[in-house]
Amino acid sequence: MVNKTKLAVFKFASCDGCQLSLLDCEDELLSVADAVDIAYFLEARSRRVEGPYDVGLVEGSITTPGDVGRIQEVRRACKYLVTIGACATAGGIQALRNWANVDDFFRHVYAHPEFISTLNTSTPISDHVAVDFELRGCPISKHQLIELLTALVHHKKPTTPTHSVCVECKKRGTVCVAVAQGIACLGPLTQAGCGDLHTGRGAICPACNRECFGCFGPQDQVNGASLTKFYQQKGIPRQTLVQLTRNFSGYAPEFRQTSDSLEEQEESP
Amino acid sequence: MTSEEEPQPTERRTIEVKAISRVEGEGRLHLRVRGNVIEHVELNIYEPPRFFESFLRGRQIHEVPDITARICGICPVAYQMSSCHALEKALGINVSPEIRLLRRLLYCGEWIESHVLHIYLLHAPDFLGYESGISMAVDHREKVERGLELKKIGNDLLEVLGGRAIHPVNITVGGFYRAPSVRDLKALLPRLEWGLQAALETVHWVSKFEFPDFTWDYDLVSLHHEDEYPLNEGQVASSSGAMIPIEDYENHFQERHVEHSTALYSVKAPDNHFYLTGPLARLNNCHDKLSPICLKVFDQTGLTLPLRNNFQSIVARALEVVYAFDEAIRIVKAYQVEVVPSRTPFELRPGEGCHATEAPRGLLYHRYRIGEDHLIAEAKIVPPTSQNQGQIESDLRSYLPQLLSLESEEIAEKSEHLIRNYDPCISCATHFLKMTIDWNSDSAK
Repeated sequence: MVNKTKLAVFKFASCDGCQLSLLDCEDELLSVADAVDIAYFLEARSRRVEGPYDVGLVEGSITTPGDVGRIQEVRRACKYLVTIGACATAGGIQALRNWANVDDFFRHVYAHPEFISTLNTSTPISDHVAVDFELRGCPISKHQLIELLTALVHHKKPTTPTHSVCVECKKRGTVCVAVAQGIACLGPLTQAGCGDLHTGRGAICPACNRECFGCFGPQDQVNGASLTKFYQQKGIPRQTLVQLTRNFSGYAPEFRQTSDSLEEQEESP
Repeated sequence: MTSEEEPQPTERRTIEVKAISRVEGEGRLHLRVRGNVIEHVELNIYEPPRFFESFLRGRQIHEVPDITARICGICPVAYQMSSCHALEKALGINVSPEIRLLRRLLYCGEWIESHVLHIYLLHAPDFLGYESGISMAVDHREKVERGLELKKIGNDLLEVLGGRAIHPVNITVGGFYRAPSVRDLKALLPRLEWGLQAALETVHWVSKFEFPDFTWDYDLVSLHHEDEYPLNEGQVASSSGAMIPIEDYENHFQERHVEHSTALYSVKAPDNHFYLTGPLARLNNCHDKLSPICLKVFDQTGLTLPLRNNFQSIVARALEVVYAFDEAIRIVKAYQVEVVPSRTPFELRPGEGCHATEAPRGLLYHRYRIGEDHLIAEAKIVPPTSQNQGQIESDLRSYLPQLLSLESEEIAEKSEHLIRNYDPCISCATHFLKMTIDWNSDSAK
């Protein structure tokens, strides 16, 4: 076997859940390890092969001054850089600090904020370096991860959906929670990908009789203003909608714009 | 170990191992040795702070289990369970016995998934001389495949109950958004039965590993429940004798902020000592609540309680996997009709509540105050790794003297192995674990 794709996995601020998705590919893990050289993956291997790497998977968002430098090194070491998960693609849940006073955040958690070095923001990887491809999700779908790795090994572009969660609800036969129950659901704005789309078991939250809360971030064509206006007309408070959109992918531009517009609206008479 | 046997380097050596691997999250370990004196041990967790306790304030009650799950991708259920129980206490909600059992089943899924990941892919390679589960598979393919299948069953259980294995979506205050179908749960039975047998084989396998000679008189802290092995409920038991209601937790355990770590350190009153949580603590404190099949297989290993060698936590973990399969089978068999309602109705009100559950790696405490506006006014979360962190350093201080004759690289490896006993979840607490050893014997003795 010559020239196996050399894969590296890097972590920034995150919960490790997206990296874990690789280890959660129980049926495929050993085949992946046969097909790809997992050269750097701290969570799973002590062996560390120096770069350059063919593919770097990056989990997590940029939240410290040190990370700003480290992502540049990671970028230089990787031919293709793929961000995995909501933290790496949109700043993650920790991007809630971007709307807050970080000094206040500090004081509530740490007795000695002076011991901590952090940025006032949590930002996606693409704010700092060029990104070749992104896998959405909080967490990513292991089915999409396998698709991505297979495509990379065969030098093809990965196929991932760009349509909304609503399409998956229809495919699955889930009754719309927004229309039938008046639940504010982010399905119309959110990119499909949760669950297993191949078996028609996507749109996992509405299938559990609850709202989609946007784990996979904004889909291609988003009209957040229209959707939130609809929910407001149904009596859903603005603040509820602000928080629904300010979630795991809340700092993605389309979601950010939606929640910020709602907030501005509240301030006007 | 006597000083005569040690290498006597004449100049100061600094050895750096880039990062501790096969742990969840990253951090750094700094060791300074002068001759045979361990001068300084510092576990430096500098995972960037993510401020969960801050941004939970002002959020709605039902958002809490979805948000706290994101503290950790390996044990999200633990965060969801401690959150739900604490908020239910604040709101005066009593869930039905059926929901209680389904939550127990959910936790079994997480214990299986997390413990098996640790045993097969992260920890066993240390005992067998491999750098990873992946390279171990070259010589022990069947074993690794068995581990992967076991882990998959745990994840499938989580999917059926939680809608998703990582960050389940079906968990809410008061119960579940939707009860699992009887058919979907029963369909898991044959694999759960297979898993129980494979888990028993796992106990036999890991109990034959060669364990480093290191026992310690730990203060073992875990939940203890009168009738069952603790998952979601119980009082806080300590091997030093205390039995503490969860409501009193903060009077006995306190967090301290130290300069070298973003993770807070927990200490136990009255003398502010470190303590151990996790599988070894649970096994020692609660072994009488294990099912007969667990006790029988433990008996067959030839090991005896109390088990005070933390390298044998892998055996305790394997035993808990047996327990989790056994308990899961019991619960699934008893599940005959879908639970209605799957979510206990409640009215929002101001209040305060705290709760602790047993995350795979140890006790996890949450406290919330709900304000007059019915939103979260205050949140406090004490993850297991921050509770174990002081004990990890203490173990290293005690264990290092017997390693000093080794090459520095080996010392680093063996220290990492010791740290892995704890299955530390550094993401929970906090990133880059870099190990440096300053070795200066110039002025020794």
